[in-house]
Amino acid sequence: MITFEHIRKQFPDGTVAVDDLDLQLPTGQITVFVGPSGCGKTTSLRMINRMVEPTSGRILVDGEDVLAQDPAVLRRGIGYVIQHAGLFPHRTVVDNVATVPHLLGRNRKERRRAAVELLERVGLPATFADRYPSQLSGGQQQRVGVARALAADPPVMLMDEPFSAVDPVVREQLQQEFLRLQSELGKTIALVTHDIDEAVKLGDTIAVFRAGGHLAQVGTPQELLEHPADDFVREFVGRDRGFRGLSFESAAALPVRPLSEAGPARLVLDDSGRPVCWEGAGVRGGSAPVGGTFTQHDSLRLVTDLALSSPVGTAVRVDGAGRADGLVPHHDLVDHLATRRAPA
Amino acid sequence: MGDDTPYLFDPTHWSGPTGIPQLLLAHLGYTGVALLCGVAIALPVGLYIGHTGRGSFLAINAGNAGRSLPTLGLLMLMVTLMGLGFLPVLIALTVLVVPPILTSTYAGLRNVDRSAVDAAVGMGMRPWQVLWRVEVPMALPVVLGGLRSAALQVVATATVAASVGLSGLGRLLIDGLSVNDYGRVIAGAVVVAVLAIVLDLLLGLVQRYAVSPGVSGRGLGRRTGGPAAPASRVDPDRL
Repeated sequence: MITFEHIRKQFPDGTVAVDDLDLQLPTGQITVFVGPSGCGKTTSLRMINRMVEPTSGRILVDGEDVLAQDPAVLRRGIGYVIQHAGLFPHRTVVDNVATVPHLLGRNRKERRRAAVELLERVGLPATFADRYPSQLSGGQQQRVGVARALAADPPVMLMDEPFSAVDPVVREQLQQEFLRLQSELGKTIALVTHDIDEAVKLGDTIAVFRAGGHLAQVGTPQELLEHPADDFVREFVGRDRGFRGLSFESAAALPVRPLSEAGPARLVLDDSGRPVCWEGAGVRGGSAPVGGTFTQHDSLRLVTDLALSSPVGTAVRVDGAGRADGLVPHHDLVDHLATRRAPA
Repeated sequence: MGDDTPYLFDPTHWSGPTGIPQLLLAHLGYTGVALLCGVAIALPVGLYIGHTGRGSFLAINAGNAGRSLPTLGLLMLMVTLMGLGFLPVLIALTVLVVPPILTSTYAGLRNVDRSAVDAAVGMGMRPWQVLWRVEVPMALPVVLGGLRSAALQVVATATVAASVGLSGLGRLLIDGLSVNDYGRVIAGAVVVAVLAIVLDLLLGLVQRYAVSPGVSGRGLGRRTGGPAAPASRVDPDRL
């Protein structure tokens, strides 16, 4: 657990970056600091490992005051990932990953073995070990950056805009794998982003900062989208927050129609019952691919998207084996959305 | 020996206390000592300024002022103040060497990617470790470049030692001029030029092996199993 107690940071020029911040980051969870530029989110993050010293207040990491510790020793116990990875160009990938174990005095062989193992863990082949950072793509460099932060197995990780310097497709992959990694490792993570979509996707808790270093709201992504505390948060989480809020609602309760009620169009299945395409009246060109399917574990956001993008306006539900087992035409979906909060 | 035998090919000029090997050795000695003194002064100051960012005006101004000082004039001033000897020569040559090393050390360090330094500090390196393990290896091509240009300047300028009665390849120039023996003057100029080229090649070799391939890019992409770049072009992030 990381605790901010009455933290204030005023720079020598008089600017107040963070003002009386009280915040708790629960153990084993991802807490995202989000807000417009200049809101103090990065300053707050960097105060945890004393890259920035607070003007007043206390920060506790697992009950210990960071200001009472030797900064270098403190930092070796906290993983640190930054925007452009910040790899050392003169060192090979494996030496980059082994930086903190090296500082901690672990022996060379042990360091290398652990580093190669970590590379595989972040999705890079062991053959990358002896390459130099300049031989890697941006996304691969960022993976090395994450491996390097994990090398000494720190309980706490600080990540400053870790995925914002890569293109959207790579970012999506990195985010997915980051969540998979976190589900295995359960680190206490503070992550800074300016991108509310990333915050919603990655955060167990989101702390929204507003200019001047004040907290506007702290809550789960769902709370933020459904009950923004004020106009600033409402504005910040964006106009389509209603649609995005559907990500948190399960499709389990959604009523489905049997496959025979497909209407004028017909859903063509293969031998094992998996959907192949739509055929018949109302389908342009006579036949069109299904596009995508959902299971009852998916979110209403996916179902809505499928229904809207389907050639016949109908989302197809499948079972665990991928066999089609129900249909949701979009008028049913709209009825469900309209009544889902009404008392039964 | 007739007058038409070029100076360099006359065997009598290759032995004895005024023979070319002796002059060459003395010349190398002046050059080496001046370079060492210059490095001893300029490197720590350049590292300090580059690492901390404090006093950068000093690096820039000292660099410019040092460059504009005429070495021969400075040498005469020193001789007037201190009398003849090696010390005035050493001071004049050191003043010549300091600016390029100081400026390049400072500039090399300042140009190191800030995010690498931020990462180094954030992972718990102490200032000394940040300097030697991150900043210096990354700045090395620029620092060594400054050293190379300083070496070239001093090896050419060390001929001034002869003008105050010391040895070195300058003897061939000064003595040759005083007796109108232009063959000797040309010989001196040629030996100095060859020495400068050899020295630069040697330092280039040092640079080649001292700088990490990750920084210089040397030899990358020619590893077995195919170059890295095409492989990552095929499938940038699923490898």
